Amino acid sequence: MPELPEVNPPAARPPVRHDVAEPAARLELAEAGEWMRVSPKYVLVEIVGTIVNAVVVCGGASLLWLLLDATWAFWVGLAVLVVSIINLVFEPRRVRSIGYLLREDDLLFRRGILFQRFVAVPYGRMQLIDITRGPIARWLGLADLKFVTAAATAGVSIPGLAEADAEGLRDRLVELAESRRAGL
Amino acid sequence: MSEPVASARPVLAAPRTDLTDGEWHHLHPATPLLRGGIFMVAIIGFIIANLRERLIDLFMGEENYRGDPIDAIYERGATGWALLILAVVLLVIIVVFYLSWLMHTFRVTGEIVEVRSGVVFRSNRKARLDRVQGVNLARPLIPRMFGAARLEIAVAGQDGNVQLAYLGSKLADDLRRDILHLASGLRQARPPADVPGLQEATAPPLIGPATAPTAHSALGDFAAARYREFRAPELDPDAAPPESIVRIPPGRLVGSVVLSGFTVFLLLAGIGLIVSVIAGSSGWVLVAVLPGLIGSVGYYFSRITKTLRFSIAGTPDGVRVGFGLLSTSSQTLPPGRIHAIKVSQPILWRRFGWWRVSINTAGQASGRSSTPATSSTILPVGTLADVEKVLQLALPAFDTDTHRALVENGLLGGRRRNAGVADFYSNAPARAAWLRPFSWWRTGWAVSGQVALIRRGVISRDLILVPLARMQGVRISQGPVRRRLRLASADLHTVSGPVAASLSVIDVDEALVLFEWMSTGAVRSALADTSHQWSRAETPSPTQEAAE
Repeated sequence: MPELPEVNPPAARPPVRHDVAEPAARLELAEAGEWMRVSPKYVLVEIVGTIVNAVVVCGGASLLWLLLDATWAFWVGLAVLVVSIINLVFEPRRVRSIGYLLREDDLLFRRGILFQRFVAVPYGRMQLIDITRGPIARWLGLADLKFVTAAATAGVSIPGLAEADAEGLRDRLVELAESRRAGL
Repeated sequence: MSEPVASARPVLAAPRTDLTDGEWHHLHPATPLLRGGIFMVAIIGFIIANLRERLIDLFMGEENYRGDPIDAIYERGATGWALLILAVVLLVIIVVFYLSWLMHTFRVTGEIVEVRSGVVFRSNRKARLDRVQGVNLARPLIPRMFGAARLEIAVAGQDGNVQLAYLGSKLADDLRRDILHLASGLRQARPPADVPGLQEATAPPLIGPATAPTAHSALGDFAAARYREFRAPELDPDAAPPESIVRIPPGRLVGSVVLSGFTVFLLLAGIGLIVSVIAGSSGWVLVAVLPGLIGSVGYYFSRITKTLRFSIAGTPDGVRVGFGLLSTSSQTLPPGRIHAIKVSQPILWRRFGWWRVSINTAGQASGRSSTPATSSTILPVGTLADVEKVLQLALPAFDTDTHRALVENGLLGGRRRNAGVADFYSNAPARAAWLRPFSWWRTGWAVSGQVALIRRGVISRDLILVPLARMQGVRISQGPVRRRLRLASADLHTVSGPVAASLSVIDVDEALVLFEWMSTGAVRSALADTSHQWSRAETPSPTQEAAE
């Protein structure tokens, strides 16, 4: 962990690696450690969600197209269909990209391939933990865990954990938060 | 937090009131009347409107009315019934008011403030004193004329206010002080230096339910007292050194309100209107738009009267912000309750060098129940020197020369301008110009003294300061466009409010540095932070020592 200096000087920028032909453009936390991944079964939840969405939108669009003769609806429906199919292709990779990591003092979370994001939330900032189960997730024995802070933007929400894991993680997080509680 | 003597009465230096003894107390006797103020005005207005002719007759002596309700009652010989009904209605109103006053009680112990109210539907609100986010003392116009004030204790969360409405004006002042004392965790006598003798002499502590300070004095005294209160500045004398108070000249205030985006919009609308009329459109456009234009005068008026007599000062119990000409409000923010600060300058203000300072606090009710008492602006308009003073109040540990230089660079500086000078900020690389063609050279960040700084914006210049001890989390993200440019974006999560601490372009490697620094910084400064009970003597934290 880096020391916090008095002021970060402009020279604190890490050296660009010139030995590599193309310097890394992707965000990647180098020394973070081993990421915990969510259950592979979660792909199914995402796939069903995407399909349901596509069916509803395409169904509505085709109704508009066939009954009201609205040509634009056809193109909208087609676009949604294409996007959904692309989504379905990348679904497994996207689910594999979801990861979390319990560090000493904070919870790390990452997701996304094309749109990447990393979130760090100190345990002491926890306000509550939410566990929710959708119908398909329940059928697969999965649960979503949400780490809620006082911030306006939702803290961290880890989808697709096995139910036992979600409950274990919840208890662990509550315990960690208790020992590092910070007043609001 | 979980002391066994939770309800024990704390030993305070000199409680100004006897209301903090943990017993249940009543509010100001006129409370139901003041709370139902609008309703009463409506009823009186209704009666007057109905009996207008008769009233005119009473004063003018002309008999030209027929068929108003009183006539109808008289002609049908129902006078007795009418009087009876009137008496019953009055009695019911009085009984209801009395009951609601009787059932509306509050108590303050060493740990909590609790309010019970309601006759049929009882409600009970409790606020923990160590979680108080701010104490507001509001005096809306009508209660103010009657010498009453509303005390609001803001706690975190949506609509999380405990209201003591209404209290006697003087009493509310003292109770605020006592509540802040209790909240500060102060358990021993504070040096009497900050207790001015001036108030002590004139007002003995008021006891118990009879909270109307002037209830039994003569009418002349009453009026004089009201007048004194009306004249007296909102900032009470237990405020801190007067030199720390920022003064806003009325001219600057009016100028700042006029030079706003709303004026630009208004001018554009006016030009559009004139053009459309000249172009020969029908008159209805004029009819539709003109009332809006006239209404905007009201907007200016309310903006100006709301911010007139603005004052800000440091007190031992936090920053006190007061404002308002007719309805006044004075807000006390205990130390460590400010989650983010934004210093900004709209482009129209640049010529004059004016700045605005707004903050995020956890007590802000976001959205619907926005009482004007809680304001997120702690400096409506001020010069650079004013901004420095306000920041010093808001972030007391942030006042070394380096920090001042950081702030100044953050407000005025940029990568290009300070080519030779140390800029202190880690700036976005030149390739960020693809995404931020005008502001890339001002987009940068720094961490210093447990505070994260974000500098951004060129059309509207912004500097955002986030105390790391209050930060809720950090996020870095990257989409395909930024990936091609080897950039990323970063967000610091804070509680909701007008300040969004986000950095839209940052070098990708630097984003990782920022992520590490912010996440470790957040944990460390939260550990070192003791401001939730700011006066409780504790060993100075290592970070504070390091800062000095």
